[in-house]
Amino acid sequence: MTEGPSAASSLQSAPGPFFGEFGGRFVPEALIAALDELTDVYDKARVDPSFEAELIRLARDYTGRPSIVTEVPRFAQHAGGARIFLKREDLNHTGSHKINNVLGQALLTKRIGKTRVIAETGAGQHGVATATAAALMDLECVIYMGEEDTERQALNVARMRLLGAEVVPVTTGTRTLRDAINEAFRDWVANVETTNYVFGTAAGPHPFPAMVRDFQRVISVEAREQMLSLGGLPHAVLACVGGGSNAIGSFDAFLDDANVRLIGCEAAGDGVETDRHAATLTGGRPGVLHGSRSYILQDKEGQTMPSHSISAGLDYPGVGPEHAWLADIGRAEYWPVTDADAMEAFRLLSRTEGILPAIESSHALAGAIKLGKELGSEATILVTLSGRGDKDVEQAARWFDMLPSEGTADAAATGGVE
Amino acid sequence: MSALTDRLDACRAEGRAALVGYLPVGYPDVDSSIRAMVAMVEAGADIVEIGPPYSDPVLDGSVIQLAVAHALERGVRMADTFKAVRAVADAGAVPVVMSYFNPMLQHGLDQFAADVVEAGGAGVITPDLTPDAGEDWVAAARAHDLDTIFLVAPSTTRERMHLTAQASRGFVYATPLMGVTGERAAVGGAGERVVSEAREAGAVNVCVGVGVSTGAHAAQIAAYADGVIVGTALVRCLADNDDIEAGLDALRLKVAELAAGVRGNA
Repeated sequence: MTEGPSAASSLQSAPGPFFGEFGGRFVPEALIAALDELTDVYDKARVDPSFEAELIRLARDYTGRPSIVTEVPRFAQHAGGARIFLKREDLNHTGSHKINNVLGQALLTKRIGKTRVIAETGAGQHGVATATAAALMDLECVIYMGEEDTERQALNVARMRLLGAEVVPVTTGTRTLRDAINEAFRDWVANVETTNYVFGTAAGPHPFPAMVRDFQRVISVEAREQMLSLGGLPHAVLACVGGGSNAIGSFDAFLDDANVRLIGCEAAGDGVETDRHAATLTGGRPGVLHGSRSYILQDKEGQTMPSHSISAGLDYPGVGPEHAWLADIGRAEYWPVTDADAMEAFRLLSRTEGILPAIESSHALAGAIKLGKELGSEATILVTLSGRGDKDVEQAARWFDMLPSEGTADAAATGGVE
Repeated sequence: MSALTDRLDACRAEGRAALVGYLPVGYPDVDSSIRAMVAMVEAGADIVEIGPPYSDPVLDGSVIQLAVAHALERGVRMADTFKAVRAVADAGAVPVVMSYFNPMLQHGLDQFAADVVEAGGAGVITPDLTPDAGEDWVAAARAHDLDTIFLVAPSTTRERMHLTAQASRGFVYATPLMGVTGERAAVGGAGERVVSEAREAGAVNVCVGVGVSTGAHAAQIAAYADGVIVGTALVRCLADNDDIEAGLDALRLKVAELAAGVRGNA
């Protein structure tokens, strides 16, 4: 079962619904029965050996797990000479960590006996993963995606449609991830009898934060063993945080290793001192959004503020409740990383190691550069590379002014902020 | 007893259901929204649901979403809600606030209850807060003798029906179908079953909303419920008319039609 010290004092695999004062279930009554049903089916599945066996089989034969760990010495030269290792979730089928969670929730959907899945997506990674699992398991699939994100991530929209999913652009509010979640909740309220909501991150109402964390926990379980076999636990584990699913999955098995620093890298956009960022734990306050109590970017009256990040997957004004708790008790640190610093890390990893990272993951790489410079060459740092950068090629090329002609005007407008 | 209970009892004594009308504060602007609420009262609404806009209204359909987004863009504040509550009370209807939870939480639950009561409000409807998640809110409301109105749905279990009936004061808000706010061609659904289950669980007054848009709908629901709740169809009167006076005229007509409906005259 779990590694580490006795279960009584363990921080690992906290069951919810509350993590300290965060979490819970703040939703319309109409959704309670579905959430209870999901909780019940999940509680039974998690102790059912046949469910675990099926998940392990899919992880091995479909996703391609375990994902490898790659040391990146040429990149690390720019990070104080520390030893830096990447946990390669980018090599998973569909190109990110999202598939880990989606396969689990799609299996649960079949167990409940529902025939339709819905999901929200920001960058499109979760939508692509959900569309993939739906194709694999013969489920009808509808993906809600903010209209702005469908423009930023047009290639992923096409991928989802090729996989047989219906993609619905959401035109309300800020037309980003947060509005896609609102719209998915509205669909779920109306269609709950046939439909399961495959939530993409470790946020939302119970059981999602704990359940998504459990499905992503494989990242840290594997990585911890891999690091031990490479010589020992790392000094720090870094991962990017939007809602926070790859980060919580990267942290969980290390939570009881008190000497391992856990650092979540939030999207600071133009900078946390501006109003254009998505660094919720750095710049937000506690409140309730999307079904749970956590930190939120909000105004004095509790209206959610628009967030900004160059990365659609981190462009979210909330954060998972377990992160709020880990920040509160001081077990994890959360660092803001600007668009410019993330893009510099993107460029660096591409040029020094031949790995194009997702812009989301580039925030964690930027954190590793900063930490490596602080800790120096004795340090060992593990970074979760949550996704690959194929989907970001056009946006990155525009940022670095590498597009031939028509992109030039845009590049002048969005590039070189610093 | 509460002002809500008194009003619902008085309607029952007249042999009819109460008409409950919802409008968001600040649409199309604060003053016009308050005028519209008062116009509803004059046209026959017994209870007015006053909605402070919220940025993430997960239980609302597109008509109300667009109206509240517009109101927020124009800078509506929670203080405007209390102003509207006062105006509705002065006009002679019973004001209740219908608010998503986070604006209440950020206002401070105790302060929110105090401010609603101070303005003359009788209760608060919480669409995204259930009694088991809202113990702090129920305690704050009780301390100020403010009614707490929770929702029940066709999916609500017997156990939760009981929980919700016990935690609700004033009335229980029953939705006859699964889905967000907005007009429907028919309002049959599971309304009658949900109402009777709520009564069995101990609810004294049960009002039914979501999907109601015509006098015929209102008459149909009035046959088994204590109150008929209408929202989207009223907001649409304002949304469909660029001129506020025309919007108010349309609203008065619609409310009169619904008021006849709750009296069985559809």
